[in-house]
Amino acid sequence: MRYLTDRKRAEGKGAAGTGTEHHWYMQVSAVGLAFMVPVWLYVFGSALGKSHDAVLATFSHPFPAILTGLVLFVGMRHFAKGATMMIEDYARGSAKKGLIMLVISISYAVIAVGFYALAKLAL
Amino acid sequence: MVQFTLPKNSKIRTGKTWPKPEGKNVRKFQIYRWNPDDGQNPQVDTYFLDMDKCGPMVLDALIKIKNEVDPTLTFRRSCREGICGSCAMNIDGINTLACIYGLDEVKGDVKIYPLPHMPVIKDLIPDLTHFYAQHASIMPWLETKTNRPAKEWRQSIEDRKKLDGLYECVMCASCSTSCPSYWWNGDKYLGPAALLHAYRWIIDSRDEATGERLDGLEDPFKLYRCHTIMNCAKTCPKGLNPAKAIAEIKKMMVERAV
Repeated sequence: MRYLTDRKRAEGKGAAGTGTEHHWYMQVSAVGLAFMVPVWLYVFGSALGKSHDAVLATFSHPFPAILTGLVLFVGMRHFAKGATMMIEDYARGSAKKGLIMLVISISYAVIAVGFYALAKLAL
Repeated sequence: MVQFTLPKNSKIRTGKTWPKPEGKNVRKFQIYRWNPDDGQNPQVDTYFLDMDKCGPMVLDALIKIKNEVDPTLTFRRSCREGICGSCAMNIDGINTLACIYGLDEVKGDVKIYPLPHMPVIKDLIPDLTHFYAQHASIMPWLETKTNRPAKEWRQSIEDRKKLDGLYECVMCASCSTSCPSYWWNGDKYLGPAALLHAYRWIIDSRDEATGERLDGLEDPFKLYRCHTIMNCAKTCPKGLNPAKAIAEIKKMMVERAV
């Protein structure tokens, strides 16, 4: 039991002064991904099932390689920020902090592995 | 973590069934009851009313039950015309005002519960202390720095029109208590009602604290916990759109940052 006034309880620690950047990033990346993902699926789908040499040829062109890199990076950052918000909604305390660190780590790990694979294919 | 099941002492049990009156047009009411003094779990009592002897609104039925059947039934009410916001409750699964919700709008039995996800004081009365404190925190009054004019703060007809759809809010809490984000994070998220009021003062042409007001909302929880679920707009008994007001605040935040 803490003897806090209702107003103090409602004010909490005040406004953090952040949030708009996250909101704007999610808006911009969502619009970007809405254009990039269908094109990337077409490029990826056209290479799917082809021989190793044909796949190498596809991804050694600048456009498919750069597009794949962008989809990986923007997509994973969008995932990390979106998942962070979801975790903040439903988890509390240490579980919240741990899960946020986990999704951010996963997103960077996927980006790193994806870039490595892409470099091997494209270069 | 978020609780997906009710705690043991909140599990609802079947309550008392009150005698059925004579008549051809009898309707069944199932009403949530909880008394903090008896140490029992909440229960749902069943009442029957002869609709030929009852007014048309849900509040009429509640008043009739209290007056003629069970005087211990507890609920808030005042204006009985949708202006005071006192009689907000969950009727047939919808948060609304009992005084302007017609019994003919409810199909089958009439199920009445308090506003969801709020501490209950007794029966249909939720504890709105935190909700009102959040409203106070957005400074719901005109803030000015310029010396007070001799007569009055003037406002153009166009600027006054911007307040339509905002000033009508009666703070009944139907919107905030229908919002899942407010359920999970009501301690920090201001909720649709407080944010609608915040926007009402942000766009008031006479107010000179726009920057401070936006600063106070620049927070991942206070404002940005709104995920545009739109339950608030769907349930508002006054037909307002708090989600749109929140979206407008977010647009203003982006405009001043980008």
